[in-house]
Amino acid sequence: MASVYFDGATRRHKGNARPSVDSVTLDIEDGEFLVLVGPSGCGKSTTLRMLAGLEPVDDGTIYIDGHDQRGVRPRDRDVAMVFQSYALYPNMSAEENMAFALRNAGMGKAEAHQRVLEAAKILELEPLLGRKPGQLSGGQRQRVAMGRAIVRQPKVFCMDEPLSNLDAKLRVSTRAQIAALQRRLGVTTVYVTHDQVEAMTMGHRVAVLNAGVLQQVDTPEALYDRPVNTFVAGFIGSPAINLVEAPVRDGQADLLGAPVPLQQRADAERVILGVRPESWTVGAQGVPVRVELVESLGAEAFVYGRPEGDPDGPRLTVRLEKKLRPEVGDVLTIAPVPAEVHVFDAESGQRLA
Amino acid sequence: MTESAITGVDPDESSGRAHQAEAASFGGVLMKVAGYAAMVAVLLLVAAPLFWIVITSIKERPDIYTQPAQWWPSPPTADGYKAATTDIEFWSYFKNSLIITTILSIAKIVLGVLSAYALSLLRFPGRTIIFVIVIAALMVPNQITVISNYALVSQLGWRNTYQGIIIPLAGVAFGTFLMRNQFLSVPGEIIEAARLDGAGPMKLLWRVVLPMSWPTLIAFSIITVVNEWNEYLWPFLMSDDARTGTLPVGLTQLQNNDGITNWGPVMAATVLAMLPVLIVFLALQRHMIKGLTAGAVKG
Repeated sequence: MASVYFDGATRRHKGNARPSVDSVTLDIEDGEFLVLVGPSGCGKSTTLRMLAGLEPVDDGTIYIDGHDQRGVRPRDRDVAMVFQSYALYPNMSAEENMAFALRNAGMGKAEAHQRVLEAAKILELEPLLGRKPGQLSGGQRQRVAMGRAIVRQPKVFCMDEPLSNLDAKLRVSTRAQIAALQRRLGVTTVYVTHDQVEAMTMGHRVAVLNAGVLQQVDTPEALYDRPVNTFVAGFIGSPAINLVEAPVRDGQADLLGAPVPLQQRADAERVILGVRPESWTVGAQGVPVRVELVESLGAEAFVYGRPEGDPDGPRLTVRLEKKLRPEVGDVLTIAPVPAEVHVFDAESGQRLA
Repeated sequence: MTESAITGVDPDESSGRAHQAEAASFGGVLMKVAGYAAMVAVLLLVAAPLFWIVITSIKERPDIYTQPAQWWPSPPTADGYKAATTDIEFWSYFKNSLIITTILSIAKIVLGVLSAYALSLLRFPGRTIIFVIVIAALMVPNQITVISNYALVSQLGWRNTYQGIIIPLAGVAFGTFLMRNQFLSVPGEIIEAARLDGAGPMKLLWRVVLPMSWPTLIAFSIITVVNEWNEYLWPFLMSDDARTGTLPVGLTQLQNNDGITNWGPVMAATVLAMLPVLIVFLALQRHMIKGLTAGAVKG
């Protein structure tokens, strides 16, 4: 077990003007489950691979347990990785796959077998230990890949989208199992995903990356309640937050006709207002919206529509309770809950605190 | 966890059915007939000369030259085989072939695998240049280097020695090329996983990369064994007699024994020379099955 510290870690790929990972500084505590999330190509996998030593660090450095990892080979870092493709050795049985690292480290056959059995018990893999990866289902392979990581009892787990090859239902159950397993083992874990639901549900903290730059590191709740910029606001939450540019008049932002009082920067000409789908109230006053699409999910419904009389206006998403079910073409009058409106700078997109 | 219940329909199965449906609708019987016709044509092309060699080897001498050709020997005789194994020192040539082929094949396979491994999975400066040089060597026909090699080897006094035959033939551009491309096709994540699991370079090769490359390695081995067994020009130039001559060289001796070529014994010796490679091929080709990488990555 160990802490991990990224100190301005940068990775440049040849032929790219911009670094793939741009001086990421990130402190991960001992035993923490940190999720790295971002859109594809944002550098999250590269960041993870830098930690595992599979990718060089061009600038800055990474510390594991306080030790500078510059020039340390992957095998000497005591980091175990779970790959998206699982990367099991096809010629070895599940047991041999899991014992490979232990045997390489010089552990005796009997002891390695014991360790594999323990891990297999946790992962319910005992009856499958003799099978080759080709004889296992996707979910079973995924668990063997997890087992291969946990038998080593490493300092750090690196997981690179380990659930993305599973079907939706299995993904949900495995998600919970991985989170529970991590709590039980207490091993520092860095988990990469592009799925914000995984990010929100699994991690102690979530780090949002965009274009190689770390945007915000915080608990899932804080990320949702206080996004530092429009990117984080738009990335976290499903359906996405409504981001509407609004002019400012007399210390109030004008959200399509509905006034939103500003606590600060009332002098700005324009701001971007972020309103979560659930932060609207339906009532007599506010913005009239013509409904274009209704997504009913049973317990709730999401209504998409544009301001009445303004077909080029922004598309707004509104979450409705069960009892209210408008039809397409209806007009709803909605107003934002002032306390839940996020205000961002119109130019930089940064949160106006 | 209950994957099977969730997965439901096996995707392979359903796509297999789709393929069958497609084949049935596409020309159907006509395609089948054309396919068989093509197979028969190829079979005739390959098998007819072989068949001719075998029946000639068991014909009596006058029957070999009769017109029209006899398609079945009457009566069959083993005289050709007796002559082939007694007129020349057949077993001596056979032994030489066995020794030279074994040593050469082992050398070529080991060198091919090791050089391919270095050129594909180990990182060192100048790797690409070395690979280009190896490929360039592949482009030079053997016959061009024969004269200089001959001068060199005879200067060393290595004519009529095993090393004189073996060492100049032991270079392996083809094996390096073939195995390198095979190694490059091994998924990078598996190699990274092995590195993280603490596998050193030799263990990575031996436990991870090679087991995933058996089909290619076996194909390479078969090609090498057959080639070395049939190697003619260089052993012929290097050996004067049955001390180091290989079977193909022995066949030449047999052909030139009397003024006129006695085809019966030559064909018999050819059949005998063919058998060992045929056995090696049959033994190894079973292992050239695909699907060894199944289940390595993805679902």
